[in-house]
Formats: sequence, structure tokens, C-alpha cells
Amino acid sequence: MAYIPVKRPKFSILDRIYVVELVRGLGITLKHLVLSLLGKSRSKKDFNGAGIGACMPFPEQRWDDHLPSYYRGAPALVRGEDGRERCVSCQLCEFICPARAIRVVPGSVAPGSSCSKQEKAPAEFEIDMLRCIYCGMCQEVCPEQAIFLSQQYLITPTDRKQAVRNKEQLYRLGGIRKGLIHKWNQFK
Amino acid sequence: MSSQQEQLPKDAAAAEGKVNVQINGKWYRFPKGTRIADACNSVGIHVPCFCYHPKLSVAGSCRMCLVEQGMPPRLAPGATPTYNDDGYQTIQWMPRAVVACANTVAENMGIRTDGTVCREARRAVLEFLLTNHPLDCPICDQAGECKLQEYTADYGQPSHRFTEAKIKKGKNISIGPRVNLDQERCVLCRRCVRFMKEIVGEEILGVVGRGGHNAIACFPGKTLDSNYSMNVVDICPVGAMTSKDFRFKMRVWFLKSTPTIDTNCGTGTNIFIWSREQQIYRITPRQNDAVNSCWMPDNHRLNYKYINSEKRILTPLVKTDVGAPQRPGAWEPTLRAVSEQLRRCNPKQTAIIVSARLTNEELYLAGNLAQLLGISQLDIVPRSGEPDGMLICADRNPNTTGAKLILDKDGRTLDDIRLGIKNGKIRHLIVIGEDVTAEAAIPESHLSKLDYLLVIDHSETATTRAADVVLPGVTFAEKYGTMVNITGRLQRLNKAIEPLGASRADWDILRSLLQGSGGDMSLLTARAQSPMEILDEIAAQFPAFKGVSWAAVGNSGIPITETGETIPLIEREQTKQ
Amino acid sequence: MENLLKWCTDVLSNPTWFYLLTTIAKLVVVFAVILAFVVLSVWIERRVAGWIQDRPGPNRAGLPLFLLQRFGSKEEQPLKNLLRFLGCPPDGVIARLCRWLRFDREIPTFGLVQPCLDGGKLFLKQEITPSYVRKFYFILAPMLVLGPPLVSAAVIPFASWVQTPFGEINMCIANLNIGPLWIFAVSGLSVYGLTLAGWSSNSKYPFLGGLRATAQLISYEVAMGLSVIPLLMVFGTLNLQEIVHSQAESGWTLLPLWGQGLSLQRWLLCIPMFISFIMFATCIFAEANRTPFDMAECETDLVGGYHTEYSSMKFASFFMGEYAAMVIGSALVVTLFLGGWSIGFGADAALASCSEWLAVACQFVTFLIKLLAFIFFFVWVRWTLPRFRWDQVMKLCWLVFVELAVLNIVLTAVIIYFIH
Repeated sequence: MAYIPVKRPKFSILDRIYVVELVRGLGITLKHLVLSLLGKSRSKKDFNGAGIGACMPFPEQRWDDHLPSYYRGAPALVRGEDGRERCVSCQLCEFICPARAIRVVPGSVAPGSSCSKQEKAPAEFEIDMLRCIYCGMCQEVCPEQAIFLSQQYLITPTDRKQAVRNKEQLYRLGGIRKGLIHKWNQFK
Repeated sequence: MSSQQEQLPKDAAAAEGKVNVQINGKWYRFPKGTRIADACNSVGIHVPCFCYHPKLSVAGSCRMCLVEQGMPPRLAPGATPTYNDDGYQTIQWMPRAVVACANTVAENMGIRTDGTVCREARRAVLEFLLTNHPLDCPICDQAGECKLQEYTADYGQPSHRFTEAKIKKGKNISIGPRVNLDQERCVLCRRCVRFMKEIVGEEILGVVGRGGHNAIACFPGKTLDSNYSMNVVDICPVGAMTSKDFRFKMRVWFLKSTPTIDTNCGTGTNIFIWSREQQIYRITPRQNDAVNSCWMPDNHRLNYKYINSEKRILTPLVKTDVGAPQRPGAWEPTLRAVSEQLRRCNPKQTAIIVSARLTNEELYLAGNLAQLLGISQLDIVPRSGEPDGMLICADRNPNTTGAKLILDKDGRTLDDIRLGIKNGKIRHLIVIGEDVTAEAAIPESHLSKLDYLLVIDHSETATTRAADVVLPGVTFAEKYGTMVNITGRLQRLNKAIEPLGASRADWDILRSLLQGSGGDMSLLTARAQSPMEILDEIAAQFPAFKGVSWAAVGNSGIPITETGETIPLIEREQTKQ
Repeated sequence: MENLLKWCTDVLSNPTWFYLLTTIAKLVVVFAVILAFVVLSVWIERRVAGWIQDRPGPNRAGLPLFLLQRFGSKEEQPLKNLLRFLGCPPDGVIARLCRWLRFDREIPTFGLVQPCLDGGKLFLKQEITPSYVRKFYFILAPMLVLGPPLVSAAVIPFASWVQTPFGEINMCIANLNIGPLWIFAVSGLSVYGLTLAGWSSNSKYPFLGGLRATAQLISYEVAMGLSVIPLLMVFGTLNLQEIVHSQAESGWTLLPLWGQGLSLQRWLLCIPMFISFIMFATCIFAEANRTPFDMAECETDLVGGYHTEYSSMKFASFFMGEYAAMVIGSALVVTLFLGGWSIGFGADAALASCSEWLAVACQFVTFLIKLLAFIFFFVWVRWTLPRFRWDQVMKLCWLVFVELAVLNIVLTAVIIYFIH
């Protein structure tokens, strides 16, 4: 066992009476109160706030244009530049999903289609957004770079069924991802 | 140590018919003629193999099982061997590795699986195997149970050095009605070729092409249509042979495997049921050298679709009036009504037809019910077909032997019951687990003449449609129980999935009926809470089952009686050895 | 009509009836005010917390006008029609202002209806009584928490008195001569509520919470009782109405700026009074189970403390009881130290000579304003200070406050001795 000595601050008698420090603390909170009522809160600019305090009044004003590039919202499926469904329904995302939000029903690609070498594509792909915790494990585990966390953050289903997104919705959300993957190219 | 005076280890081993072998620095004793791979595996040191299969001839083609081997030095003429303190000779290691599957152990042999030679050999073999492998694991059904995946993770290297274009071969080729071939994934172990030649006895598959273009293919004009063709899917170590039925259904890591037995014929083939969340996806054979070796017929393997089918009856069905349609009912009131009705029936005018597809426990409860109600007309429905000379036997009921042992019935009095129904002597009929309009040949018009028809079955049939009350039972995958196969071997059924819907296990329904019909509790097994307890009671009552318990039966079963029947495939395997 | 008037006069002339009717009227007013203040203090709590933390707080809940449509109104936008009715141009300044204030969508309440809606929500929630609780005590406990603060409000004077033709009305429900003692005694009962809640829940966290509540409330009652003694020595009475009256005449306890308050002796007395005030206010915080002293329900180590197993209205009772205790505690501090209903600077007497009813009305409003100010102080402290550790709470009481209170009594006695 290693002992790590922690240096405690020495308190003066004034600190130990507590009343003075208490008054100073009350002063700080009062300053915040007044500033936020006046609409002059610190870091208001950074948050792009408009109302009282540093907050962005939500439905009128949205994050859409201010989201950082690394923001991770709802997961979505993507298509390749050639329009190919990138997902091959290997179900690794379903396996890794800690919240068990993903449900994949595997299916096969029609033999005559342009990407028939891929053989397999999801017949149905469902993500239950009530279960999803936006951890990004699905994106990390995907061997085909087919699932990404989009920047969508506004998810307001009005019933449980609506919260489950099916394949079409996920592809619509994901759109097309740049960059060709030649793994399933049958002419290469 | 004075090893000279005492017996040397080699002499002690020779007295037992064994030899001393040093594996990774420790000495073991094995019977003479044991393969090195088997010897290593039996002491828990894993030797990776692609081509070696204990039931097939040795090919030695994959070179995956390379191990480092050493022998005592060859003596000069006239020299005497020297022994160290433990009584062994020193081992001289060979500079190159040998295959563990084609070589047998010898006295004072040394084997190393953890040295540089061995490690390097395995790594290099895997690198060669992967030069032309398509690496399409995400779409390969074998992923998760693929030897190539496992060995690459355990012994391979993370990247490969070949930058040349891979050789293209055929993918997704249909080589038979039930099997697909992917030549790119193949590691050319030739297990499938040997299986078809040695076990099935038909030369259908072979290797064509040269060098890197080597591939498995069917001989011209032939297709892989044998009834045992799907066994090549099981023995294929990679995803070259895949099942059309299981193709893209589910990844194997989601599936739970339950060891149980097949109920399509009297052989009682040992199987695994692979299920996920109340859904059964596939059935594969389970090794049992006394019953089915490592194989099973395709038609039995694919006969699982009825378990999750639309035809399943999921709630009790009750016909409230003559001519009225059947309506779903709740369990408790239905059971009460049925028990009441059974007590009112005249036992002289009542018959019970049970199925020999029921477990011993259910047959025993059905016998008890008949005894309690005073019914003497009770029999099973015999069911037979053409034997195929391998694993499928003539008796298509899985538990005929059990019915004979427990109820002493073999279907000979079924004609009397049929006649009784026809001429109206039998007014009440209880059918358990059978469609009596099929094999029992009782036409529907006769069934509709009955005053009361109670049916316990899992799926909708002509019989259940004619019934006054249908109590939903379950299939073999949803219950525990034991059965006796044609050779007199007692085997266990294990529950793979919970009873679907509101259905209940047949033994549970019969027990409830026994409880509801009242009577002498000491006579009944109504107190038993599980098939295991009922089995204990059977063991106490029937001499053939003496000393049998659920744990003693185990997953491989125990022989309890002699029937004189044998399984041809097992016979052949034993004579070969 | 005349008969009715005569009958009223007759009834009011009877002293018993007069007493009964005036008391009922006062009861109704005081309870209405306290319950309204409970709701109001919840709103203040949440808004002030928001502002202190640079947030707006609950500002959304308004009366949505689209509901009108649901109840059969055919008008889509009542505002538009109203503006047209008043003759305002649809894109004029007034219309734009109204739209900016979101009048077209809802009637804004600045979130004031939020506590009411929360109450409604709690009322409609599923009532869960776990199977393992001791039912009788489990149901009794919330009542015991909500009841005492309401009862102890009886002795708080909320205005002076008026002379009517039928007799004097004292603006205090029960003008007892043992005011503070009554409050200590009755509010001390609420400890039973917390203890029983913790014990009857039959679950470890509520039990620990109940134990903590018991120890804390009993300890701080001692300190509270001792801390208020110097004040009573100065006023020489236990009647709260008289205490406030003398403050109105000779300056508030903490702010003696008129009457006798201008003398040096009086300012000298402010030292022990101030010490007394700090201790008393702190004890009120502890008694009301407010942060920094909310040891009985601290989420970080006790999940929810004594009310972990409660839901729906039973939980709401605890919630309301806590805020009622805060309102009553504030009222007591205001009464004892901040002049109660008195307006100050001799204004009380001047107003009373003009019209007694006007004076009473002004005093009532003054009392409410002071009460609101002190409730704000309560909230302000809560969002400034972190929660104390359990041992610190007990140490503060037994090793600091009790000793300090005794010393303060001696100090006051010495000062009073030298003044006289």
C-alpha cells in the first residue's frame, strides 16, 4: 500500500468562523443571479445563449448550426458512393450493443444485382432509440464502415413504436458516405 | 536413485500396453498406436488440425498440426542405453516439425508444442492458407465457429505480406439441394471428400485444378444430393461448405446449443438444438459413438420448422356446444371442466390413444390416468418406414421401446379401438400427441360421432379440429424427459426453448389432469414436480429402469435393456476399428 | 334586508359568536396564505436556483391557448380576434409586442403554474405502497410532517389589531402568551413524521434517513431554544404579538433606528441579538431540513432518505411539509428579529391614527414582503452552500451552538444589568 500524503490547506481563524466565507459565497451566487437576470452571464457567447442565463432557449433556437464536428447523435446506416448498402448484416453491432437496441434480420442480395458479390445485406435493421445510449460501439465494431453516429439529436417519438427506426429511416438519415470500398467489387 | 534395481518406466508402461511420452516437458502414458494429436488433446494440450477428423482416414494435408518431435538417440552397435535418474533416456530433438495427425506415439518420444519451431511452423502454414482466402468473415455463416478464424487469432500473425492479387475461384456455388460451396474459403483439407467416400460410400466430391487453383468440386454430372450431405457442412472447418437452410439466418454466437436427441425415428440420434429467444435456427449432430457417431440424416436435421410454425396451438381450445366452433379458453377452468368430464365418462366406453413420441414420463402418467379412471383400452400408434441402412431405422417412433417397457403396449390393440369407434362402442376418446386420422387411420367422420374427444397436441391437425377440447402440448424441443431408443438405450431430452405461448409441457398437463381427477394420491405421481422426479418413480416401479436417475442418464444415455436391434452405421464403424 | 343586518349585528354582538367567526375568518386567510406561499416558495426555489446557476429555470409553463380549441372554441387564435376587436393594427407595435411575449400561443405565467402542474402530476401519479411496509405508520408519517407547521402558524401575528364596534380583533389566530414555546413544541412533533417514515418503510436507506432526522432535529431544538432566550430576556414577554408591537414602537431587534432604538444602550444590545439571530436562523435551517442540513434525505448517500419508498401524494405531503416548515420558520425569524408586521420608522402609529383597517392592511402586506425576502434568503443559502457532513452537523450543534447560546445568555444578562 502506498500512502499518498495529501496537503490540506491551513485555515485561518477567519475561515474557521465560517461566517465571513459564507457571506463571500452568498456574494458570488448573488453576482451570478444578477448577471443572468441582466442577460450578461459569463460564457453566454460560447453557448450561443439568448435568454436568461447562459442557456439557449431550445425550441426557438437550435443547436443545429453550432454542433461541434465530434458530436455523436443517433446512429444511422450509410450507403456507398455507388449506392451500395454498405451493411452486410454481420450482426456484430447487434452483438456489441450494450443496451441491446439493435435488431438485425439478415437477408441476401439478389444474385443478379450490381453488388451480388456481397451476397448478404440486411432484410431488416431496427434500432430502438429508447434503448440506444449513443455509445458509438456499433460504429467502432463495424467491419464494413456501414453504421455511423449522425449529428441528429432531436429524437421525440410520441409512442414506443415510433421510437424504433427501421432500415429505410436509418438509410435516409445516414445518406451517402464518400470514399469507395473495393472489398465487394466483383470486377476487381 | 537406484533405477537399475527397480522397474524402468518403459517396462512398467509396456506391461500395460502403453508407452511413455514426454509432452511439453511432462511425462504421460498412452496406449500404443495413439496418434500424437489425440495424445496431446487428451491431456489438454491443444493441437490445431484442419484435415484430421477422428472418424475419417488420415490425410495429413493441411500441415496445421505440426509439432516438434524427438526420440532417444540411436545406439551404436554394442552400446547399452543410458537412463537418467527418472529412468528415461535423453531425447534428441529433430530439426524439423512433423504432423501430429499421421504419426503415432512411441516409447520415450518427446513432443513440444510450445517451442519456436512449432510456433513458426503454425504461423507460416496459416500465412499460406490465408494468401488466397477472401476474408469475407462478415458474410460467412461459419464466422464464430470457424477453425481458420480461431487458429489465426491464436497462432497467426496480424497482417499478411502478400501484395499480389488473390486467385479468384467460385463463390456461392450450389453443389446440391442443401449445400452451398465457396471455393475461395476452402483450405483443401478434403474432409468432405473423405466423408462422402468413406462414410456415405458415394464418390461425389473431389479436388480439381493445380497449385493455387486447387478447388473442391463435384464430379461431372453428379450433385451432392445424398441424405447425409449436410454432414459435410458440420465437418468443414471453414465456411467453404454452408447449409442452404441456415444460410444468413443468424450468426452462431447468438445461438444457444442444447444437447438433446432427435425424435424422428427410433435411433434417437444425439443432437444439438441451436436456438435464440424462443426461435430454433438449426439442428446439428452431437457425437455419441454408441448411437450416431458424428452424423445425422438431412431430413431429420431439417425437420424442425414445425416447432415455430403458424400451426402451433398456443391456448387451450374448447368447443362449448355441439357444432359450435372451438374457442380459446383459460387453463384452469378448462382443466377443471376436463377433469370433471373424465370422471363422468363410463370407462368401458372410453379409450386412450397415446403417441410413442411421448417421453417415458408422459407415458407413465398416461398409464396412471387410465388406471385411475379404470380405462382398459389404451394403446400407441405404430409408425414405420423404410430403413436406409445407416442411421434411419424402420421404426419411426422414437420411444416404442419405452412404451413397451412402461405401458406394455405395442400398437396391436389399436385395431380394436378403431373398430370400437366405428361401431359406436367407444363414446369417449382421449388422444395424446397423435393425429389419429393419419397413421391410426381413424377417419374424421368417425371422430365426429364421438361424444367427447379430448386431444393433447402441439399443432393443429385433423384430430384437433374435431376435438371437443384441445390442450396445447409442446414439441420435443420444449420439454424435459427420457426416451428409450431401438437398441434399448435410455436417453435424455433437454428443453431448448420455453413452451411457446400458453402451451404447457405434456407431462405437466397430464399431471394436472391426474390431480384434477382426484383419487388415491399415493397411487399417483401427482406430487412429482418435474420429469426428473417422475423418472425416479419409474425407476422404483419398473425393473428395467432400476437404479436409473436423471443424472445417471447423462447427455450420452445408458443402455437399460436388450432388444437385439443394432444401428448399421455404428456396426460398420466398430468393425472398421 | 334590514332584518338580515340586524341578525348579523345580533350575532356579532354575542362575544362567543364574534370570537368564533373572526377566528374562522383568520384561519381561512392564514391557511390560504401559507399554502399559497408553499407553492410560491417552490417556484422561487426553482427560479432562483436557475438564475444562480446561469439558467432560466422553469419559465415555460403557461396557459396554452390551443387548449381552448379542444374545449370547443372555434377560434384558432383568440389574440388575433381580440386585437381586431380593440382596433389594433395586426402588424403594429402592440401586436408585435404581444407576439414577442408569446400571447398568441399561451398566456404567460413566467413558470408560476409549474408548481401547480407538478402538484397535479403528483396527484395523478400511481400510488405505490410497497408490500413490506408497516402500513398504518407508513400512511401516518406524511400527515405528521405536513400537520405541525400548519398548526404552529396559529401564534404568528400577521398584523396588529383593530377595534370594531363589537370588540377588538387581534390579527393573530391565537394570541397565546407562550408563542415561541408553542411553535417549538408543535414543530418538534414533525420529527415523529420523519422517524416513522424511515422506520415504517422497512428499508435501509429510509431507516438511516429517519435516524439522522431524529438525531438532528432533537439536537437543534436544544440549540434553538437556548439561542432565543436572550431575545426573550430583552422583551420580557413570550407573547409574539407584544414582541412585534414593542419592535414597532422602539425599533426592530436587528434594526433599532427609531424610538428608543436611537440610544447607545439599545445598539449595545444588538451584539447579542445578532449572535442570537445567526444561531436561530441556522437552527431554523436545520429544523426545516434544508440544505446544508438536509442530512435526512441526502441523495448522495441515502438515495432519497426517509421518503425513498413514498410516491404520489404521500411524497407530495412530505414535499409540502418541508416547504411549509420553511415558510413558518421564516415567519418566526421575521417576527422575532425583523419586526414582524411592523412597517417601521413610526409609520405604524401614524397609519393607525388615520385608519386602523388601512394600517392592518399595510402591515399584512409588509409582513408578506418580509416573509418573501426571508424565503429568498433561505433559497439563496441553499444554492450557495454544499451539504455538510453528518459529523460536522452534530459538532456544530453540540460543540458550538449550545455553548455559544449559553455565553450569549450571560452576555445579554450582563448588558441588561449595566443598562438598567
